[in-house]
Amino acid sequence: MMELSIIWSILIAQIMLGLAMAFAFFRMVRGPRAQDRILGLDTLYINAMLMLLTFGIRTANTLYFESALIVALIGFVSSIAFGKFLMRGEIIE
Amino acid sequence: MNPVLNMAIAVLVAALLIVGAVFSLLAAIGILRFPDLYTRMHAASKAGTIGSGLLLLAAGVHSLDAAILIRALAGFFFFVLTAPISAHLLAKAAHQAGYKLTKLSVVDQLPQKEEPRRR
Repeated sequence: MMELSIIWSILIAQIMLGLAMAFAFFRMVRGPRAQDRILGLDTLYINAMLMLLTFGIRTANTLYFESALIVALIGFVSSIAFGKFLMRGEIIE
Repeated sequence: MNPVLNMAIAVLVAALLIVGAVFSLLAAIGILRFPDLYTRMHAASKAGTIGSGLLLLAAGVHSLDAAILIRALAGFFFFVLTAPISAHLLAKAAHQAGYKLTKLSVVDQLPQKEEPRRR
């Protein structure tokens, strides 16, 4: 009973996160300017990280959790680098 | 373990999962539907942060392990700290590049052409 509720909620959450990834990917492909594409990429990796978390809950494996934290860290650094590149034209001054 | 407590934890994890996924989906719909970059960024940085925080909390509670729960809370803290930084930097870059606000917005108090700062 309790396992059943968790399994169904994981399934619903994964469907919603997949839809969110599709929307962010659409904005990344379509976006009128470069800033929109970067924003779409940012949302895409955050949703991919959440998808990894739901996989970790389903399989009861903590390795997914660690990799999700690493994905979050690297994604933050990459979006900061993109923003600095758009603002100044170079990343390391 | 006590079956009532087990059931309560399962319901809590299920509710956190559903609510967090709904917030993430709403953030993505905002990114898809809002008219310009600034409103899109507003949706992504607020609703995206709370959605990812709730899902991290769900993963931490479900593991029933203090180390995982503390790491989940640290990840949530990291998100709260870093989402405004990247959103602010991206909005500043867009404003400097002359990205116009949408027609629906009322006032823009930052001067449009800002002189690039010299070192």
